Amino acid sequence: MYAVIAFAYLLLPVAYTFVFSFNDAGKSNLVWRGFTLDNWLNPCGAPEVCGSLVNSIAIGFIATAIATALGTLIALALVRYRFKGRASTNLLIFLPMATPEVVLGSSMLALFLNLFVPLGFWTIVIAHIMFCISFVVVTVKARLASLDPRLEQAAMDLYASEREAFRRITLPLLAPGIAAAALLAFSLSFDDFIITNFNSGQVNTFPKFIYVSANRGIPPQANVIASAMFFVSLAIVVIAQLAGRARRKG
Amino acid sequence: MSIAAALGDTLGESGHTPQPARRGRFVPYLLMLPGLLWLGVFFLIPLVFLFLTSMQTAVPGGEIGEYEQTFHIANYIEVLTDPSYYVPLFRSFVYAALATLLALAIGYPLAYFIAFKSGRWRNFFLVMVIAPFFVSFILRTIAWRQILADEGPVVAIFKSVGLLGGETAGLYPSATAVVIGLAYNFLPFMTLPIYASLERVDPKLVEAAGDLYASGFTGFRKVTFPLSMPGVVAGTLLTFIPAAGDYVNAALLGNSKTSMIGNRIDYAFLTTNDYPTAAVLSFVLMACILAVVLVYVRRVGTEDLL
Repeated sequence: MYAVIAFAYLLLPVAYTFVFSFNDAGKSNLVWRGFTLDNWLNPCGAPEVCGSLVNSIAIGFIATAIATALGTLIALALVRYRFKGRASTNLLIFLPMATPEVVLGSSMLALFLNLFVPLGFWTIVIAHIMFCISFVVVTVKARLASLDPRLEQAAMDLYASEREAFRRITLPLLAPGIAAAALLAFSLSFDDFIITNFNSGQVNTFPKFIYVSANRGIPPQANVIASAMFFVSLAIVVIAQLAGRARRKG
Repeated sequence: MSIAAALGDTLGESGHTPQPARRGRFVPYLLMLPGLLWLGVFFLIPLVFLFLTSMQTAVPGGEIGEYEQTFHIANYIEVLTDPSYYVPLFRSFVYAALATLLALAIGYPLAYFIAFKSGRWRNFFLVMVIAPFFVSFILRTIAWRQILADEGPVVAIFKSVGLLGGETAGLYPSATAVVIGLAYNFLPFMTLPIYASLERVDPKLVEAAGDLYASGFTGFRKVTFPLSMPGVVAGTLLTFIPAAGDYVNAALLGNSKTSMIGNRIDYAFLTTNDYPTAAVLSFVLMACILAVVLVYVRRVGTEDLL
């Protein structure tokens, strides 16, 4: 019973977002005006919805690719090597996650303003890579630490070179961790508003578009896109879970 | 256990196989170089710039947004003695603390339920906890406007059970709405680390407590709860820190009387182009959060947090 209430609290806003994607909204999508499929049939119908969505997806892909690469390399160094400065590296990884987004966003803006860097698409990408790296490191590190080092040793006992053993044993085993990290990075980047808002200049992203239009009325098309994203993400997670289960059984 | 590990363990699989230490003097540094360089240039150096900006003053006779470096430390005193800044700062910490308590009150039983009572549905419930993240955070916050509005379901329920008469509830916009929104937005950050530490509690320990005539509640209070403390600490920090800096909830669910420090920073930086004031506020926010976190961690006595 308790769990029902807790899940209702968690999922009620999601349900609202979904239901109001079918609203025959007119100007403001705050009050229910009747059911329609028009919004779903014409998701780009409202100005800027799709433009900002395309920006968000592009930023998400670039930031994810770079942050995943940089973060995975750091995770490899941290788990597989003992070296001087490990503790301070861990601290440097941890700090951005423990800093409020306003501080991250405003400090980057201070940097860009003082150096006269024009704000726009690329300053958003730079900022997103910065805050995604730590999350990638943490996710990949957890997976790496759970790998059995004896597997790699066994490969080397069978005359694989260190590089070969890494490429053919460790990397495939690490792949799910890297994939999870990339998904996390993408969803963080895609949904980020605060840091983006500080460093975006005139460029619109999907969350920024929603925030800015909140007071003059959010077009129901935004709900359509958010709902579609919800189901796509859910499908990815479910498929990943099923794939993991199948692999463990087979 | 660290906050980071709590999150990592929830997301990936956990396990602690000791890794062989490799030699190779330069390899780890080479591997880390690009990533750490990025964090250095775009995380650490910006903090220096933020600090420098906080001591700038307006160029005499210059345009709006033109500042020069004068190392004017008095900026801090001017800003911090201004009630339009220290009140929102104080408010941020009160709201964040209330939201953290609310999230703990909801998240702990939820994590307990998933860890011990969900049976084979465990993974399904875990996905449900993170599912809200799949919908834009701003849209979910806006949904609370509709839910808490006078025509919304919450007010309707209160009215039907007689808690409210004909008057309007005024739930939105209000401080209550802001706290509910904050607790809502960071609830998964509270639930997942607690779940991760509860999952590791050996049920045999609780059984043993029962064998020694502890009641169910005593068993929980003396065995399960202390063992879940690392998760509670991690969860409260992961909720409190972002909540204290958040301004989206205050902007979307509150009014001018519920402004938090983030709203002031955003306004000063982006609307009035008062960069030094914004930088001062940002720096003070960071310092306050750091202080609160340090005191808290000392208090609950969890060592090895990082």
